[in-house]
Amino acid sequence: MGNPIIFIVLAAIALASGLGMLLSRNAVHSALFLVLNFSTIAVLFLILNAPFLFVTQIIIYAGAIMVLFLFVVMLLGAERLREAPVEIGGWQVPLALLLLVALLVVSGVVVFGGDALSATGDPPVDAGPVEVGLTLFESYVFPFEVASVLLLVAMIGVVVLRTRGKNG
Amino acid sequence: MAEVTVGWYIALSAVLFAMGVAGVLLRRNAIIIFMSVELMLNAANLAFVAFARQMNDLNGQVLVFFVITVAAAEVAVGLALIVAIFRTKQSINIDDLRTLKG
Repeated sequence: MGNPIIFIVLAAIALASGLGMLLSRNAVHSALFLVLNFSTIAVLFLILNAPFLFVTQIIIYAGAIMVLFLFVVMLLGAERLREAPVEIGGWQVPLALLLLVALLVVSGVVVFGGDALSATGDPPVDAGPVEVGLTLFESYVFPFEVASVLLLVAMIGVVVLRTRGKNG
Repeated sequence: MAEVTVGWYIALSAVLFAMGVAGVLLRRNAIIIFMSVELMLNAANLAFVAFARQMNDLNGQVLVFFVITVAAAEVAVGLALIVAIFRTKQSINIDDLRTLKG
């Protein structure tokens, strides 16, 4: 599944940009780091024989969703907001680190414990937009329609939220 | 040189997911918390696509497509909520948001 060197470089970029998102004090920097992260994951999708998701990831995630994030951050001027340090007794940080270590240990056991994950997979089948589209509309027609309703409801919800906010 | 297996992708996905969890637990800025949730969704997507590739099964890719759709809807509503909260409270620090009534 791809060249080890390419994978390691991409993984390093993804992890570094994830850390940058996490640690950056400025929300605009965080959003831009996240765009880099999403783009890297998109390239990994391409390596994993998913060109349709590669394009979707770039257009929807790195494009639309992150532009929305940047728009809101700049609209609120949130990049200048001083972030108060954790106050509530400071117990959140140790708890978070503990949970983090536990999660990493468990996933490490799952990943490196079994040999099911050491397979490299068969040669790839054709997985272009045509094949994905056929699968989508043959087996997932109902979820597809539900997703369209969900998007409509979200749109109505946003409009209602904004108009009510304007009138007080 | 070692062959890249699906385990490598799952390991990367796990670490990215852990980063998202850390962001949600440690940061106080609601927008950053939201971004961390997106990071977790992406980590899950990466695992889905890696397994879809290993099993040569397109259903995994279709599921990721649905996850992206739901994420788009969620971001639109969530950001509208954050803007509404900011208008009333002048703050998006989640420690300031302790009351349900605006």
